[in-house]
Amino acid sequence: MSASLTSLLKSREAILVAVIALVMVLISTRFPGFVALSNLVSVFNDTSPLILLALGQMVVILTRCIDLSVAANLALTGMVCAMLNVAYPDLPIVVSLVLAVFLGGVMGAFNGILVWKLGIPPIVVTLGTMTIYRGIIFLLSDGSWVNSHEMSAHFTGFPRQVILGLPVLSWIAIVMAGVMVLVMTRTALGRSFYAVGGNPHAAVYTGIDVGKTQFIAFVISGMLAGLAGYLWIARYAVAYVDIAGGFELDVVAACVIGGISIAGGLGTVGGAVLGALFLGVIKNALPVIDVSPFWQLAISGAAIILAVTFNTRADRTKGRVILKSAEQAQ
Amino acid sequence: MSMTESTGTGRRIPDQLATPAQKALKSWESLLLLVAIGIFVLNSFASPYFLDAWNLSDATFNFTEKAMIAFAMALLIIAGEIDLSVASIIALASTAMGVVMQAGAGTPVIVLVGLLTGLACGGFNGFLVTRLGLPSIVATIGTMSLFRGISYIVLGDGAFRGYPDSFAFFGQGYAFWVISVELVIFALLAVIYAIVLHRTNFGRAVYAVGNNATGALFSGIRVGRVKFILFLLTGLMSGLAAVCLTSRLGSTRPSIASGMELEVVTMVVLGGVNILGGSGSIPGVVIAAFVMGLVTFGLGLLNVPGIVMSIFIGMLLIGVVALPRLWKLMRR
Repeated sequence: MSASLTSLLKSREAILVAVIALVMVLISTRFPGFVALSNLVSVFNDTSPLILLALGQMVVILTRCIDLSVAANLALTGMVCAMLNVAYPDLPIVVSLVLAVFLGGVMGAFNGILVWKLGIPPIVVTLGTMTIYRGIIFLLSDGSWVNSHEMSAHFTGFPRQVILGLPVLSWIAIVMAGVMVLVMTRTALGRSFYAVGGNPHAAVYTGIDVGKTQFIAFVISGMLAGLAGYLWIARYAVAYVDIAGGFELDVVAACVIGGISIAGGLGTVGGAVLGALFLGVIKNALPVIDVSPFWQLAISGAAIILAVTFNTRADRTKGRVILKSAEQAQ
Repeated sequence: MSMTESTGTGRRIPDQLATPAQKALKSWESLLLLVAIGIFVLNSFASPYFLDAWNLSDATFNFTEKAMIAFAMALLIIAGEIDLSVASIIALASTAMGVVMQAGAGTPVIVLVGLLTGLACGGFNGFLVTRLGLPSIVATIGTMSLFRGISYIVLGDGAFRGYPDSFAFFGQGYAFWVISVELVIFALLAVIYAIVLHRTNFGRAVYAVGNNATGALFSGIRVGRVKFILFLLTGLMSGLAAVCLTSRLGSTRPSIASGMELEVVTMVVLGGVNILGGSGSIPGVVIAAFVMGLVTFGLGLLNVPGIVMSIFIGMLLIGVVALPRLWKLMRR
């Protein structure tokens, strides 16, 4: 079964690559500038925060949970980093990075502990923490903005530094994707994410602590959201309460489009990255082909529905229908 | 959404459900009622403006529209599904109403279009979940973007204004004295939903589907149809809420009612409905509506900004689910 599943996944990723390529070819026939290397680099760089969050969300969804608080986590971490920078402009970047990852991790851990120790459904926990984290930003900042002239140059410059033709922001996304590939395919922890999502009861019998694994997934998601938080604030050089509002939907969309099954246990790093890139290409292509950016929300909504329909159809095997509905009924 | 360790928590064989569960529900509701009274008393001490008939009447607008949706959502969650697109349905229904208003339609047509749009959106959600077999969380996260996205396509950063004067009846009208039209609609719906859920075969079927969908199927309940009807109802109620909200605000923007799905779900969960499905009651949701309305109104009188209130709502949502579980954990 696993062999057939991996081949299915591989083909699904292949389909996604083909779709992204097709979109780019279609656009380039009328606007050749879109596929120029410099533009592709900027599209990838624009998509990097989404890739980072999608990597974390992937792990969470694999364990049959969902994390709707990532965008609020990103915004809160970013605001704290920005305010710290205003207070201590000479603080080295390493401190901001460590603080961002740590703070994001703490927020992820808070979600995780509620899911693990109290058994509260993840959707309830993260719907709640989503508004709580967002509210805390207001309490911290009093609703005011931190603008670019208040931040120090090295703070905002870090994600924009170009190394080997790519900005640091892009490199971080690439490195994190690489790290996640290693974790998911080469470590016991990575296997246990799949085991917990694929069949939690069997996972328990093989000695995996389901709740703890879900907790770790939330911490990873939180850490990546925190990291993306600093990078976001620094790149756009502004921090305010509503930053990345509704971004959690894009993140879930990227995962679902990337073939990560919301029922858990199915999905790959490659899928999450491709799902994010698909949304990134669409988002960047809309203004090029002269479609109002107001279309973007509806398009990503339609993409979620189409992708999840396609995935559910592909997952469905004959004779398992009743079993499936029984699982859902639990 | 199916959770990993949900087996055994709060799930009993239906013929054992009757007496002990009913008692538990009753105690939850009476606890909630005590909370409501407590908040009421606190508020009346905290602000001299609280105990005024017109102020209290204003306070009801904090929850009437959300509660309309919460009734249908309660049934949907009891049946084991969820609809996160309700706020976006409001946006789309309100936009549709704006479009026909601009085309010169009168109040009856505007209202009808609002309700029908809601019904159509609910039907689409129901189709995705029951026909295509999509998990309701993802399907409605998708339609959440889609429905509001269509509003943005139509309106961009603009707005519809200039609804006819007679349209203001729903959101700004008063049935008599301080009793608003919205409050009357809320009360009527509360009674209707309580009867449907607690006194009809359909209500029994909703519980059965939420407790054990396979068992319900084998005992002759058309599980898919029950769920589809509930999605339709939730859509219709969102359409009704859109009529009231649009009428009250007098304008339509694509960002209308954003984030309201959270408050509706919080209201339902606060009302004692099990988020995993299978149990809950309408009286609980009614009291929860009052509790949330009183909390937000009280905080508003104390000049607490809206986003800080949302922290309270978030904590309320988690706290309400966490407390019984913490209690269980401590007693073990």
